[in-house]
Amino acid sequence: MPVTIASFKIDYYQFLSPDGRLTADDMPPLATDWDELQSLYRLMVTTRIFDKKAVALQRTGKLGTYASCLGHEAAHIAMGSAMRPEDCYAPSYREYGAQFCRGVKMSEVLTYWGGDERGSDFSGPKHDFAWCVPIATQCMHAAGAALAFKLRGEKRVAVSQVGDGGSSKGDFLEAINAASAFQLPLVLAIINNQWAISVPRSKQNSAATLAQKGIASGLPSLQVDGNDIIACRWAMDNAIKLAREGGGSTVIEMITYRLTDHTTADDARRYRDDEEVENAWQLEPIKRLRKYLEDQGVWNDKEELELLEQAGEEVAAAVEEYLATSDPGIGSMFDYMFENMPPELEIQRAQALAESS
Amino acid sequence: MASIAMVDAISMALAWEMSIDDSVIVMGEDVGINGGVFRATSGLEERFGDQRVIDTPLAEGMIAGLAVGMSTQGMRPVIEAQFMGFIYPMVEQIICHASRMRHRTRGRLSCPLVLRAPFGGGIHAPELHSESTEAIFAHMPGVRVVIPSSPARAYGLLLAAIREPDPVIFLEPKRLYRLNKEEVEDNGEDLPLDVCFVLRDGSDITLVTWGSMVKETLEVADMLTGQGISAEVIDVATVSPLDMDTIIESVEKTGRCVIIHEAARMCGVGAEIAAGLADAAIYYLHAPVKRVTGYDSIMPLNKMEMKYMPGVKRILNAVDEVMEVS
Repeated sequence: MPVTIASFKIDYYQFLSPDGRLTADDMPPLATDWDELQSLYRLMVTTRIFDKKAVALQRTGKLGTYASCLGHEAAHIAMGSAMRPEDCYAPSYREYGAQFCRGVKMSEVLTYWGGDERGSDFSGPKHDFAWCVPIATQCMHAAGAALAFKLRGEKRVAVSQVGDGGSSKGDFLEAINAASAFQLPLVLAIINNQWAISVPRSKQNSAATLAQKGIASGLPSLQVDGNDIIACRWAMDNAIKLAREGGGSTVIEMITYRLTDHTTADDARRYRDDEEVENAWQLEPIKRLRKYLEDQGVWNDKEELELLEQAGEEVAAAVEEYLATSDPGIGSMFDYMFENMPPELEIQRAQALAESS
Repeated sequence: MASIAMVDAISMALAWEMSIDDSVIVMGEDVGINGGVFRATSGLEERFGDQRVIDTPLAEGMIAGLAVGMSTQGMRPVIEAQFMGFIYPMVEQIICHASRMRHRTRGRLSCPLVLRAPFGGGIHAPELHSESTEAIFAHMPGVRVVIPSSPARAYGLLLAAIREPDPVIFLEPKRLYRLNKEEVEDNGEDLPLDVCFVLRDGSDITLVTWGSMVKETLEVADMLTGQGISAEVIDVATVSPLDMDTIIESVEKTGRCVIIHEAARMCGVGAEIAAGLADAAIYYLHAPVKRVTGYDSIMPLNKMEMKYMPGVKRILNAVDEVMEVS
């Protein structure tokens, strides 16, 4: 007879339903922390307005290819808002909401996607990582930062994430394995938005959840409604607290939906039905939070209008700042290659300047 | 002063730097209690503890990725690829992140890491343990590629590599690990990166080489002396960025040049050197520049490996060809 030597389960958490109601009586304190919820709501709406403007800039030839965050606002802002400034964030390339919480400026996001490295010299915590294009590799950077914090005895936490597609990569699996081996102060989210460009979640693997990959490395692993800011933030708060206290790493799968194209260079109509997207709009994160706050009498149309106006002005100012950005100059192709510039590079720098004059 | 082998010079340099800089961490597979499969980290865990000499899970890409993360946060990881044949999972982290971190963040973050790897053939190792693929890294902007060829240069160049604020790929010719001992003073003095070392002055021909081929090249230079030919021998040492000035200056003097490397010929660093000479020293040349290299074939298993690697005879033949041109 076999003996069960280990057994596992994945719990799913949702506190705020798509129609804006609390799902149970036993709620995290955040569910009635009106100041905090209003603050999170403002961030989510402002991020969405920024995102819409960035896409419009790309469509009018004023921005390069841009990766929209539409629909991911709850997941991203839960991550960024749960962190302390001294913690370290390793984004991939669409988590602007998290980065705005950290202090990255909208104009810096635009500068980066506008094709200028200076966007990555951002005002957020100077130790945060810049955008990471090779899928899942950022998980290892966060793990490395967490290892540095642990070795130095610092009470700091590193946070990163992958998508459902990225969770198939060895880099993600090696990062959670390292998190387990070194008991790292690391929180890894899997932001499962159902699509890796044109490849659906079902083609990544046939497992019931992606969160269970964390179990293979012995990490606490759970799944939350990634459109529910209360659940996402509750999971992040718990995971960060555990990590900061030396309890190691957590994997949180956040179930959401990519409501638009992968990037502005993509056309999602080629591979998915409008009906699926329309259904996903019923689950999106902002509408339900507004409904909940309104039902509780802590948000109204006047406040909404004020927020839209305020956010619009903030975004417009960022766009103005971005569009006024000067040319970085030919020399900048060389100036940051090394701290000690090799002579051959000095020669090529002079040559590039001469050839362009 | 002790007479030591190259592999011991490497652990001596690691120990020196770990003792003066708490941010230096040694990390890799079997680097701890086992002291590395070649014993390059022997004794370090005992002396500095397992929080500074870290045996990692067996995942090379992870080792490099952790090092990228740690190095941006104020640490100086010295990581080991157990053999160069296992370095390839690390390449993505080196090329996509370590090499570009400073540049892409306008200096906000940087990666002062060292990636050490034993490389090259000649010790009858198994498959994929004997290649020399330094050119892959030399082609990538943003990393230095440094190759020592003696115990003293291994000591001084490794210290310099660890102290360098940018990533260094430090490739150790494993055929030389225990081949010749020399006196190395453990004084913490580094040697300069980004410059060639002129190992022997000469006036008739310049022999340019690095890594394990320095041994055969010096032997050839000795033989040539017997024939009345004065050969200048240059150890390139830092193959990227390349110090062409020293090589050009030498060839302007001798008018003849043979480049010797163990790696395959196609797009090898020798090609860059030959192109540099064609560009800057062609009017000083009395004869074509010749390359003696590994072949553009797969590095054979150990029965034939010495036939693949350039030996004294092949180097002498090339020198003869170059000297015959009047």
